[in-house]
Amino acid sequence: MLTKVLIANRGEIACRIIASAKEMGIQTVAVYSDADRHAQHVLLADEAIHIGPSPSGESYLRADKIIEAARTTGADAVHPGYGFLSENEGFAQALQQAGLIFVGPPIPAITAMGSKSAAKTIMAKAGVPLVPGYHGDDQSDSLLAAEAEKIGYPVLLKAAYGGGGKGMRIVNQANEFDEALASARREAKAAFSNDKMLVEKYIRQPRHVEIQVFCDSHGNALYLAERDCSVQRRHQKVIEEAPAPGLSDETRKAMGEAAVRAAQAIDYEGAGTVEFLLDADENFYFMEMNTRLQVEHPVTEMITGIDLVNWQLRVAAGEALPLSQEDVEIDGHAFEARIYAEDASDNFMPSTGTLEYVKFPPQDAYIRVDSGVIQGNQVSTFYDPMIAKLIVWGETREEALSRLKIALRDTRISGLTTNIDYLHAIARHPEFAAANVSTHFIEDHGDALTQQWTDEQQSLMLRLVAARVLEQRRNTSDFAEPWETELGWQTNARNQQSLQLSVTEPVSLTFTRTGDNWLEPDSHTSIRIIDERMVDVNGRRMHAELAVTQHGYTLFTQQGRFDCHAFDPLAELAHEEQAGTMTAPMNGTIVAVSVAAGDAVKSGQALIVMEAMKMEYTIRAPLDGVVEQVFFGVGDLVSDGAELVALAIADSDA
Amino acid sequence: MAILTSKVNPRDEAFLANAEAMREVVADLQTKAEQIKQGGGKSYQERHVSRGKLLARDRIQRLLDPGSPFLEIGQFAAWDVYDDYVPCAGVVAGIGRVSGVECMIVANDATVKGGTYYPLTVKKHLRAQEIAERCHLPCIYLVDSGGANLPRQDEVFPDRDHFGRIFFNQANMSAKGIPQIAVVMGLCTAGGAYVPAMADESIIVKEQGTIFLAGPPLVKAATGEEVSAEELGGADVHTRISGVADHFAINDEHALDLARKAVSRLNRPKKTELDRQATKAPRYPVEDIYGIVGTDLRKPYDVREVIARVVDDSDFDEFKQNYGNTLVTGFARIHGYPVGIVANNGILFSESAQKGAHFIELCAQRKIPLVFLQNITGFMVGKKYEAEGIAKHGAKMVTAVSCAKVPKFTVLIGGSYGAGNYGMCGRAYDPTLMFMWPNARISVMGGEQAAGVMAQVTRDGKTRKGESWSDEDEAAFKKPIVDTYEHQGHPYYASGRLWDDGIIDPAETRTILGLSLAAALNAPIEETRFGVFRM
Repeated sequence: MLTKVLIANRGEIACRIIASAKEMGIQTVAVYSDADRHAQHVLLADEAIHIGPSPSGESYLRADKIIEAARTTGADAVHPGYGFLSENEGFAQALQQAGLIFVGPPIPAITAMGSKSAAKTIMAKAGVPLVPGYHGDDQSDSLLAAEAEKIGYPVLLKAAYGGGGKGMRIVNQANEFDEALASARREAKAAFSNDKMLVEKYIRQPRHVEIQVFCDSHGNALYLAERDCSVQRRHQKVIEEAPAPGLSDETRKAMGEAAVRAAQAIDYEGAGTVEFLLDADENFYFMEMNTRLQVEHPVTEMITGIDLVNWQLRVAAGEALPLSQEDVEIDGHAFEARIYAEDASDNFMPSTGTLEYVKFPPQDAYIRVDSGVIQGNQVSTFYDPMIAKLIVWGETREEALSRLKIALRDTRISGLTTNIDYLHAIARHPEFAAANVSTHFIEDHGDALTQQWTDEQQSLMLRLVAARVLEQRRNTSDFAEPWETELGWQTNARNQQSLQLSVTEPVSLTFTRTGDNWLEPDSHTSIRIIDERMVDVNGRRMHAELAVTQHGYTLFTQQGRFDCHAFDPLAELAHEEQAGTMTAPMNGTIVAVSVAAGDAVKSGQALIVMEAMKMEYTIRAPLDGVVEQVFFGVGDLVSDGAELVALAIADSDA
Repeated sequence: MAILTSKVNPRDEAFLANAEAMREVVADLQTKAEQIKQGGGKSYQERHVSRGKLLARDRIQRLLDPGSPFLEIGQFAAWDVYDDYVPCAGVVAGIGRVSGVECMIVANDATVKGGTYYPLTVKKHLRAQEIAERCHLPCIYLVDSGGANLPRQDEVFPDRDHFGRIFFNQANMSAKGIPQIAVVMGLCTAGGAYVPAMADESIIVKEQGTIFLAGPPLVKAATGEEVSAEELGGADVHTRISGVADHFAINDEHALDLARKAVSRLNRPKKTELDRQATKAPRYPVEDIYGIVGTDLRKPYDVREVIARVVDDSDFDEFKQNYGNTLVTGFARIHGYPVGIVANNGILFSESAQKGAHFIELCAQRKIPLVFLQNITGFMVGKKYEAEGIAKHGAKMVTAVSCAKVPKFTVLIGGSYGAGNYGMCGRAYDPTLMFMWPNARISVMGGEQAAGVMAQVTRDGKTRKGESWSDEDEAAFKKPIVDTYEHQGHPYYASGRLWDDGIIDPAETRTILGLSLAAALNAPIEETRFGVFRM
């Protein structure tokens, strides 16, 4: 048995591993960077070791520092979580040399699955079905184009050493191939320092269905059903579920057995995931094997009742799997929704900042929240912008889905933009309810997924915010001075208070307080505050919870999150004055500078490209003008709000 | 605990009739107040706004903390006084909270005769300053005025309490550590230029505010120099070159924001702390006052019914309840603040006057603010009363009222006649703030009495000459006298001339007293030294 495990990770997964370890009586050690000094995983662990500055390259990816931390604390095992060093064979080797147990597969298994092309060769031998494609070493453009032609368009270009959608391009026809290849290679080179590409048959309307496998060091292997992770945006999973809806028992069994064969082909140990593409006819093709715990593992736990981290720690300690395949039963249905700090309406732009308001639904047998943050924590540019995972269970898919929608509405986060309403829009989409999902779901239904408030809704929301704000203005202490309690009072006037709220344009709202009600005479709206969550509007009770943040007001309703701010004419002035300066939208790195001082530029012209949170942002000229100065060069780190380019705006008469 | 038990029956016919009558006068008050708030009227307001300026009241709203009450001073000033319509006397003044501090705000309304100073404008400005000085309230002047009303220069310029006194007050308040902040948002010419120049800190709005001793026309006339107003005394000149103003504001909003910041940096001393308790609402609805009091001053009622609807928890500890019971005195709380209440419950007798003097002494000794609920026809007259020295007993009460240095608040809730006005802290006795209900009347004596006295004198004269005087002739003689008294004793007439600080809705008396008390406690309560009481 293990006695002390170091978790070489952060965020929710570190917290989640700590929880299982604690339950098993295993001591826990956290590691942390500068940015995570006050993070939850640090607070929850028995011990914690600082391993360096905030950038993960200087902390969570530093194998040497992690091993040193394990030595210092006397840990006997290291759990890598997912991401970071979890699939890094060098790290596994270093641990082995240091005499530490790696909670993961044997090194050769990592190596074997690390290269997608090599993995496919192994899988082909083991009789695991593969997507037709070219995985060869000859990487000449012409050969790749010829292979594409042979496979037949559409084809998919993929970085051989890639992941997470980087260096991946769909090519619909031959004349798009060259450009796509060049761009995929550029991205692959930047991300993985290797631009080797694979070409594969592109399957239309495919589903992403993956099998959870588990093997021990005694030769036992089994599969724990599947997860359908088809709903993805830019190859990042958004909502996952288990079991895969509509999957026949035969296919499930065939996929499970294929997955076990795949694992055994590489003498796998521990938890692994074999990802398949499933087409409309339930043909499935091996995509890749992830030699680690997956982000979405909780859905499997919810339907099997198995604690996968518990099993990982047991297998790592040399124990045999506690169950055999026949003992594995599927009970009910589970969903996981990944809550990200990102703006779905702005191309999923990551959002950073302080989690000024955080409320999760209460956890019970049906709802589980895996989160590594609490209110007041920061979402920085240093790490993945995932805030939490919301996992729900139901007897049936329908029940679980219904619960997911409620739980999403009860997840109330502000201070930054989140994808919660976007997740809700997916969850309530009729095609999703009907389980008509594929990996193209978001592309196909994108427009229906970003919410636009109707004028009527917006009008009500603004009034609800106003009533909440006015209620908060009141000092309800018995010792408050009348100057603080008699708000809105004026000599010989109806007691009324006004405020200006703005979404895009300022709206003036005037309320009078009559008894416990806030009355807006113009719209005959009478609002009574019931408690923090509920209000009564003209006799109808509804959710309307207000979060006040530095950005303004966030109202949480059954229709979703509504943001507005107090109109500030001075801020508008300042904003106007700032036209002509272009600032960094967030912390990041400059990757391209396309202009120099003295250049004349047109409105909308790209000036600078920066990368942050694994995404590229182009800074464009807001107006025609002449570049006065460029303040940064390629490779420079810039912080949020830093002025990047000074532009002399061209005279409008010119 | 001495909770008052109300004996009022709100279903009683007289109650309902009273309530109806009072509602009418309150509605009239509110209608007129609403009209006054429209300033110089729509066309002038539109012109003002089209120049990118905020209206005076909007400026005040933006200056105040969100939701802050605004206790207006002299709302009816100049109402029906001049041939010109000069609502609010062209200057909006009142107490409101800015950055958490109660301030006196004086805002010229340029839509009313260009914000020029009529005699009552001056009087109101000075009264606002007087209140500020008394309560140690920082003053914020939102200047937008053409200066003295030239046709009336004789009534606004030369005398002690004329225009110059404004600057005298600024200097002396500043000397006392009462901050003086000026925001120049429009014209600020001639004498007016001293408002920002005398201020501790001043703000001026770009392309709107101008400060100069003589405007471009006068300069041209005097020296032939041609210069624009902005060049002569604009924001840039005064913040960059002359130093007459300290802060440059881009627009009205910016200027008001700067003023708020200035107040937030004042480092204000703590307020006077009284033995304050948790605030409790009265046990009876304040609106009942309408039905209790009505508008017929001849109908008596127990003033305790009013007190029960003004004080916290209707809790009133009476002092000398059984002695001189035409004057009700006692301790209570309003919005948690301890107060001593002096209220008329009939004509003043020697005993009631002595009781009043005693109670005022007590409150001054204990530094408890005083509230006078004034409804008095006067002192008792007649041989018996003169012989027992009612004049010296009345004098004791007047001495006590005159010398008491605690905050004093007077509300005219009914009649205010003759020496009763003196003993009950009328205007001459420097109440910190003084308000009038719309049913109240104020004059040296009642119209009927005055007409009666004058008729008696006339009849005596006629009798001496052997002339006769018919009852009809006497009635005809008395009628205009009664009418004049009624007209001149009316709250609109009184408040129009600033004999008080405002006409208020009786139902808001408690709120107004609470705000007034809290504002007054910005100043320390001085020790009282009484004059000689004639024994």
